[in-house]
Amino acid sequence: MWRDALLVAGKDLRIEARTRVALNQVAPFAVLVLLLFAFAFDSDRTVLRDATPGLFWVAVLFSALLAVQRAFALEAVDGIPDALRLSGLSPTGIFLGKVAAVAAQLIVLEALLGLGVVVLYDARLDSPILLVAASVAATLGLAAVGCLYGILAAGQKVAQTLLPLLLLPALAPLLLAATQAWSAGVDGVASEGWRWLALLVLFAAAYLAAGLATFGILLDDA
Amino acid sequence: MEPAVDLRGAVALVGRFPALAGADLVVAPGEVVLLQGPNGAGKTTLLRCCAGLVPVVDGMASVLGCDLRVDRRRVRRRVGLLAHATGLYDELTVEANVVFWARAAGCDPTDVEVALARMGLADRLRTVEVARLSAGPRRRTSLAVLLARRPELWLLDEPHAGLDQAGRDLVDGLIRDAAAAGVTVLLSSHELERAAAVSDRQVEVVGGHVRPVDGDGPDHPVGREDPDVA
Repeated sequence: MWRDALLVAGKDLRIEARTRVALNQVAPFAVLVLLLFAFAFDSDRTVLRDATPGLFWVAVLFSALLAVQRAFALEAVDGIPDALRLSGLSPTGIFLGKVAAVAAQLIVLEALLGLGVVVLYDARLDSPILLVAASVAATLGLAAVGCLYGILAAGQKVAQTLLPLLLLPALAPLLLAATQAWSAGVDGVASEGWRWLALLVLFAAAYLAAGLATFGILLDDA
Repeated sequence: MEPAVDLRGAVALVGRFPALAGADLVVAPGEVVLLQGPNGAGKTTLLRCCAGLVPVVDGMASVLGCDLRVDRRRVRRRVGLLAHATGLYDELTVEANVVFWARAAGCDPTDVEVALARMGLADRLRTVEVARLSAGPRRRTSLAVLLARRPELWLLDEPHAGLDQAGRDLVDGLIRDAAAAGVTVLLSSHELERAAAVSDRQVEVVGGHVRPVDGDGPDHPVGREDPDVA
């Protein structure tokens, strides 16, 4: 399973390195979202600073939708689904590989956005350990849900519009916890953030477990 | 010896349509069998059934000793399907595609080199992105993937399609070599003369049923042409 996951993640990241879709399209989009919020709240710097955690995670969410759609668009064309089924790769390995590749891209993006909120929103990242831990946990959960619904939507003709519709309700609790953890880490009380981090870890573990249990069935029907 | 493919009254649905409506086919290990028949007769569904991609909903179906009605996933790793779609990542190079699918099947890197060389992809084309290839080299790349994975059963759906004369001759050579090595081959083709020349036996798929071609039943193999005999 781990060998298969590494193989799939390596393949996805190699494709990203060749096509640079995340770098040239998703990252500029995410920064643009941050910029637009900065313009919208420009007259009130305090509101902007207070809203930093929410705005950060909204930007991550929009970017994640694009990243997940891209990750499964690769697998939905020209006989690839059949080739994957016949490949000998374990479905759990494919799932973990896709999750790892999407999460790796999102982590890099979040680092960029973190820098963005410091520069544009004047945010102070008081508890970096909490913020990094919350980001990693939330990103794993986000990537796991994304990959679960990504394969579900991949075979559908309306995949591009269906995916956000499926994904947003499932991600709501995750984003709520991530925003709360970040609120505690940015100008807040870090001790409160650890409880939210624990919840995030729980969400991520549950979503990963659900993905491991069902991805094979979904891949068969994709 | 246990048959490589053993279908008895196999029924398979495509949507609600019974694309296989009680198909009977027994293929011995190492045998090359040509499926002929009009478009929509069920040839592709039969090949996909044998690959474990389409469920058999009634009858008996066993491929390489795996009961497809019990667990069709088990057989998948052991078969190679050359379908109409290439099954390649456009964004990767020819070599990267073959390496990925060969590694997925747990095959040795030397198999990749042999496959690329055999398909004429070892030099200039190996570093070309698949998206930039025309239909012929794409087909060759799919065949290289098939070779590198070393499956026990080849399922070839129109293997000559999209290839030039040299490519078609190459496919014929591959099938002959596979058969000589004991690999079982099921192929469908509209190029009957060419495909029959590399086949031991022909069957006709009509309306989801399989029947022997006139005077050419399972007990009356036509015999492969020996490529070394003029």
